[in-house]
Amino acid sequence: MSQRVDVLKTYKTYVGGSFPRSESEQTYQIKDSSDKVIANACRCTRKDVRDAVGAAASSFNGWKTRSAYNRGQILYRIAEMLEGRKEQFVGELSRKGMKQAEAEFEVQLTVDRLIYYAGWTDKYPQVFGSVNPVASAHFNFSVPEPTGVIGIISPDEDPLLSLVSLVAPVIAGGNTCVVLSSETNPLPAVTFGEVFHSSDVPGGVVNILTGFRNEMTQSLSSHKSVHGILNAVEDSDYRKLIDENASINVKRVHHVETENYTDSVIESPYLLLEFQEIKTTWHPAGN
Amino acid sequence: MKTEPGSNGSAKPTSPNSDLKLDFASFWEYSDAPQSSDFVELKEEYGHFIDGAFVKPEKGRMMTTVNPANEKELARFAEGTSEDVDKAVKAARKAYEKVWSKLSARERGKYLFRVARMIQEKSRELAVIETMDGGKPIRESRDVDVPLAAAYFFYYAGWADKLEYAFPGRNPQPLGVCGQIIPWNFPLLMLAWKIAPALAAGNTVVLKPAETTPLTALMFAEICNVAGVPPGVINIVTGAGQTGSTLVDHPDIDKIAFTGSTEVGKIIQKAVSGTDKKYTLELGGKGPNIIFEDAPVDQAVEGIINAIFFNQGHVCCAGSRLLVQEGIADQLISKLKDRMDTLIVGDPLDKNTDIGAINSKAQLQKIKNYLEIGVKEGAAMYQSDGPLPENGYYCRPTIFTGVGQSNRIVQEEIFGPVLTIQTFRTPQEAVEKANNTPFGLAGGIWSDKGSKIFNISREIRNGVVWANTYNKFDPTSPFGGYKESGMGREGGLHGLYPYVKLSQPVRS
Repeated sequence: MSQRVDVLKTYKTYVGGSFPRSESEQTYQIKDSSDKVIANACRCTRKDVRDAVGAAASSFNGWKTRSAYNRGQILYRIAEMLEGRKEQFVGELSRKGMKQAEAEFEVQLTVDRLIYYAGWTDKYPQVFGSVNPVASAHFNFSVPEPTGVIGIISPDEDPLLSLVSLVAPVIAGGNTCVVLSSETNPLPAVTFGEVFHSSDVPGGVVNILTGFRNEMTQSLSSHKSVHGILNAVEDSDYRKLIDENASINVKRVHHVETENYTDSVIESPYLLLEFQEIKTTWHPAGN
Repeated sequence: MKTEPGSNGSAKPTSPNSDLKLDFASFWEYSDAPQSSDFVELKEEYGHFIDGAFVKPEKGRMMTTVNPANEKELARFAEGTSEDVDKAVKAARKAYEKVWSKLSARERGKYLFRVARMIQEKSRELAVIETMDGGKPIRESRDVDVPLAAAYFFYYAGWADKLEYAFPGRNPQPLGVCGQIIPWNFPLLMLAWKIAPALAAGNTVVLKPAETTPLTALMFAEICNVAGVPPGVINIVTGAGQTGSTLVDHPDIDKIAFTGSTEVGKIIQKAVSGTDKKYTLELGGKGPNIIFEDAPVDQAVEGIINAIFFNQGHVCCAGSRLLVQEGIADQLISKLKDRMDTLIVGDPLDKNTDIGAINSKAQLQKIKNYLEIGVKEGAAMYQSDGPLPENGYYCRPTIFTGVGQSNRIVQEEIFGPVLTIQTFRTPQEAVEKANNTPFGLAGGIWSDKGSKIFNISREIRNGVVWANTYNKFDPTSPFGGYKESGMGREGGLHGLYPYVKLSQPVRS
């Protein structure tokens, strides 16, 4: 009896709720710690960025008008789906050289982090909103509203945990996003697309691209339908490029400064607030 | 009672006087009602206000500010160079480290309370100078600008020792030295918006007022000295755009707060890229003012007038795009024209004046260019008639009908008393037109139906929505834009956030 041949996975992108290959029809090799090729990942281009931004933009209105309760349920559902597929992610993280125990810890923490933000969806408007005691005969209140399409640039550290730590607060607040996954280790991000897909997240709310950051960042950060950038890559030139491009259409930019995604620093409603606009509504109060 | 047919087939009553044209002039003539200005003490020449004293500019260059209502020179003031800015930043840094950050929050607040009170005490003089320097009607500077400026200081004074309540779970700390650049449309009020929260949060400031309206800021500096505000906590450097960009580029500034055009805001955002400087931008707007056919028409007409003609239309949140539901468009536009004809354009120091002078010659030219563009684009222009003063910069209230969404006068900020009028049929169409510019600062909705107001206000991508009212401001209320109208909020507890850094919480 011959030995069974493993079925290798074809890693694609996750855009608009489906799993297309890159428009470039090119891939790049992902290697493990002993330099052995473990998979090919899509090498996305500016056209893929454009498609992903288009998908994120068209799903924004539907996602932001979901009730806070519903968004919370969906974030919790993502955690449920991940919990059921823990082994797969532990395996994927281990293949890149992470120790078994570390990988298990990272996946558990990822589940917990999703649940943390699932609980914020119907609370942050109360914490950050206000009724304002104006001196005139008006009733007036301020509520946070999502900014729009957010470009998320993931770091190479903690490829699963960092992805979720950045995406969860952005979508919990009603934004949609285009994620450039870790360049050196994009596989957990691509597989996480499957988790999003099976967890009631509407198509287009999260879009995940793989490839070379330098080839995609220019078009992502200069795209006029992108309203904010959440960057977690520490590199001063890179940061300057993003900041400069942001000024084209007054994008909100937030640079995450932590490298340790297991730290509770990254768990914060104030990260969620970075991509909220405060809207104040006035109405006369009288007879 | 006259009734107007509603679009749903039923006749809807409007107000009992809906068929009366507003006509004041034929009943009586307005007599002049000038506000005296002889008690105002202006110096011939002002230096920068640095480290608690007025100092001569390092390079000795001076500029002149004129009264746009009569083109007479009011005073000369210093033009700030990089040396001046550097001196001011150093003074602010020293005051931050040696004095202001050592002071208890409660005592800090007391200085702000004092400043608020002294603005009230000097209110008439401030109002007159504001009107002379900027061209706005004395009625507005007296009843809006100055009282609100005092109110902002009073409001933020009380926050100084309560900051931990503004940021749940965090320990807010000041940023350091804040560079602040303000425009010419509300000189004293914008100063209050900037300085009050910055100081309450424990920062020190270097502020640059606009080159056409520096006087109330300099008078404010005198007030600070009388109030005993420690030297260096508040520094005022005067000058034009070059001075501002020097301030933006200064390496020892921790935060830039800017109010002005979107164009300059983008330049500033680019200039600080790659640095750790925080910034807030309060930029341009093209406010949609949506009138549904169930709106109270007469009140809506007043609201439209207030939305676009307040402060000569020099308001970033002005309701400069009127969107009227088709069924009432003819009636509303005719009433609007009648009301426009009653507006008095004239001497800003006259208490009868509704519309004062355009702030500068350059701005008047910019508005005139847009009037030409509007006509060229094929729109129908209507201007109120009546006399204009012989000298000074004046523009008649203007409306354009027959405009399309892609017209430049619909898409671009004019910053003058110019209104474009479009119609719509369905609420969804109103929302689409309202959201279809790069701006997102403020807008209005007029309807008698609460559910419609809540629904539409949620769909409008603007930082401020005035429902059945317009151009209302209050220190407790956050103000600021979506999209290219800027980022960050001023006013309310949200206005404190851009002036603090938050330390991490201890969590189990």
